[in-house]
Amino acid sequence: MWYFLMSDAFTFGAFLISYGTIRFSVNHWADPNEVFNAFPFAGHANLPLAFVSLMTFILIFSSVTMVLAVHEGHKMNRKGVEKYMILTIIGGIAFLACQAWEWTHMITGDHKVLVNGEIERWGTTVTRNPWGPHVMHNGELVSTPGPIAFGGYFFGITGFHGFHVFSGVIINVVMLIKTRLKHFDQRGHYEMIEKAGLYWHFVDLVWVFVFLCFYLV
Amino acid sequence: MSSAATLQHADVHGSHDAHHEHHHHETFITKYVFSQDHKMIAKQFLVTGIIWAIIGGLFSVVFRLQLGYPESTFPWLEDLLGHWAAGGKLKPEFYYALVTMHGTILVFFVLTAGLSGTFANFLIPLQIGARDMASPMLNMLSYWFFFLASTIMFASLFVQTGPASGGWTIYPPLSALGDASSGSKIGMDLWLVSMAMFIVSSLLGGLNYITTILNMRTKGMSMTRLPLTIWALFFTAVLGVLSFPVLLSGAILLLFDRNLGTSFYLSDIVIAGKILPNEGGSAILFQHLFWFLGHPEVYIILLPAMGMSSEIISVNSRKPIFGYMAMVGSVFAIAILAFLVWAHHMFVTGLNPFLGSVFVLLTLLIAVPSAIKVFNWLTTLWRANIRFTPGMLFAIGFVSLFISGGLTGIFLGNSALDLHLHDTYFVVAHFHIVMGVASFFGMFAGVYHWFPKMFGRYLNNTMAFIHFWVTIVGAYLIFWPMHYQGLSGMPRRYYDFSGWSSFNMFNGLNEFISLVAMIVFAVQLLFVFNFFYSMFKGRKVTDSNPWGSNTLEWTTPINPGHGNWPGEIPEVHRGAYDYAKDGKEFIPQNVPVGDDESKAH
Repeated sequence: MWYFLMSDAFTFGAFLISYGTIRFSVNHWADPNEVFNAFPFAGHANLPLAFVSLMTFILIFSSVTMVLAVHEGHKMNRKGVEKYMILTIIGGIAFLACQAWEWTHMITGDHKVLVNGEIERWGTTVTRNPWGPHVMHNGELVSTPGPIAFGGYFFGITGFHGFHVFSGVIINVVMLIKTRLKHFDQRGHYEMIEKAGLYWHFVDLVWVFVFLCFYLV
Repeated sequence: MSSAATLQHADVHGSHDAHHEHHHHETFITKYVFSQDHKMIAKQFLVTGIIWAIIGGLFSVVFRLQLGYPESTFPWLEDLLGHWAAGGKLKPEFYYALVTMHGTILVFFVLTAGLSGTFANFLIPLQIGARDMASPMLNMLSYWFFFLASTIMFASLFVQTGPASGGWTIYPPLSALGDASSGSKIGMDLWLVSMAMFIVSSLLGGLNYITTILNMRTKGMSMTRLPLTIWALFFTAVLGVLSFPVLLSGAILLLFDRNLGTSFYLSDIVIAGKILPNEGGSAILFQHLFWFLGHPEVYIILLPAMGMSSEIISVNSRKPIFGYMAMVGSVFAIAILAFLVWAHHMFVTGLNPFLGSVFVLLTLLIAVPSAIKVFNWLTTLWRANIRFTPGMLFAIGFVSLFISGGLTGIFLGNSALDLHLHDTYFVVAHFHIVMGVASFFGMFAGVYHWFPKMFGRYLNNTMAFIHFWVTIVGAYLIFWPMHYQGLSGMPRRYYDFSGWSSFNMFNGLNEFISLVAMIVFAVQLLFVFNFFYSMFKGRKVTDSNPWGSNTLEWTTPINPGHGNWPGEIPEVHRGAYDYAKDGKEFIPQNVPVGDDESKAH
């Protein structure tokens, strides 16, 4: 598992370094405080980064419950492992749900765009979107909050990370089922839980870097 | 994989030793198709690799036909290739597709999967004394992902617009825009998907090799007693596991650029008079991502050949390898340096000249471990009692090619000289000799040497000698003249040189090269015939250790079953290179150290 994580770290490393290269070679970039200021049921509530902080908290908290599951595994306490695995899975699903909301909001929510020197609010769609390729409005090029590369990297990297979280949730569900079926009790150790835990912490750690790159810097 | 789990796994195997053979009631499917036996998986890799090598080699014959005889037409080509060779003359678009696929197939499918897939799978468990890989299941998946990648790549050959044709390095924007060339359409997408599958395969394989070598060595087999093949395969796996994912990132971004309208690699593009909306991307970024894989990749290809040649040279010289620890150290140094030199492929992209000089320095540093290895091989051969078996001939041929190809690397590693030489036939000659043909020689050496272990029969020696002499002479005749063509500025990847009067003096030479290439290709078919003929009809092996070798694979029965050793796993008491010690010709690794044995060699 360690060797696989090393390899995966190189994949994410390549993505994030590419992102850095492009980001510092273009003149303007989206302002995260503007872009990520929405919150569910509140619209653009001018709560910069509040929602993503919640997401990060959920993911880190699921890492904590994962640690507890591994710990219970060391004590050979099947009930404890089950409890904390369920909490971890809920955390993972909650994170994915948050990400789904954020993507939906960015793709189909309403956003500020600059048309002929004036800021307008648009309800955007997949094809008419400030994060995608250029949008024309009455024959005029619409200025967007960031270059196209911002959208590409944001959706590309958070999507790739989301896919990892999704795989992690699947792995954790499998582990939960195997725990339920007492496979690990028969085997005499809960090492598989530990390996799943390694993967989960890795995904969590990667999120910290993604968070740093897209939201804070 | 943690060590505890693997050890448990090994224990389980150990306690079932006595009954091992009875546990498997194998059907044809589990034995030959979805096999989890590392030896069978190795053979699957080898046979698939051979098929790819024939296809890739055939491509080179077809495009050499164009380069050697640009004025002539060959009506039979039209029968063979249809509209790609209308009127018996290869179309330029298809010429590029052939060159691209030739590179892709030989670099990835033959010399990566076919070479390290075969020999890492075959030799690692046998030489370290393990019953199988750490995870036979992942090992099987590794082959089947490779098979899937092969199928997709093979399918791309039959796409109406042709397979990928942007060169094996698939630089954007040519590869990113479907309108850029006919090969940039669906063929390019298939190329990328196929490579993604290939990367998964090499990742699964690599993880398995590393885990197996670190955790499953038999008792007494310390790391410093490992045969050099295993060291080389270990570092190959490390390079693969760390560098292929970066290509995966690059390929995913390229797929997005192609299909989802992002602009990671595209900026300010005009195509066919139309301005594209893409902005902010960087085409050079792709080159960085590609070559961060691409350079380690050449060592992924070369290191297994080095390791196998070391082993074969020592066995057939009846002498210990000269400087075992220096050999290990130099492989390690090469593996580290492999990650630090990628930008020497990019000297003319507008790279900062100061940064270029750093990469020149690091590149030239590779000459140090390479020279250590070369001199160690030569001193192993020095005053040895050499047996010229076919395997040995190919191993010596490898050393010869590595020297001649390596020396031209010193020219190309200099950024100043590279301004003149880059993208000329000098580069073609350099990398074909040092990584293409040299690695093929390592592979041939390995096949001739370990064929008796794989199939319990010998390859035919007469055919082997013909194969060797024609191939080595032919390889030099093909690639040596290309250095001169390159020095006088003849660019690579051109379809036809007849329009340039400055290159007309090479017309005869080009024809000569093409002729030799066809002869060499024909001789490879002789090898393929020998391979399949000897598999069924070859002379049977009667001695379980036919080469008088020290390593553990020769302590197994002539046709080892799944599990390799029928009884206990042998215990190791010494290094792999106790040849000509204390008056004995060879002392296998599982022989205990005698009381009166001299300490050092």
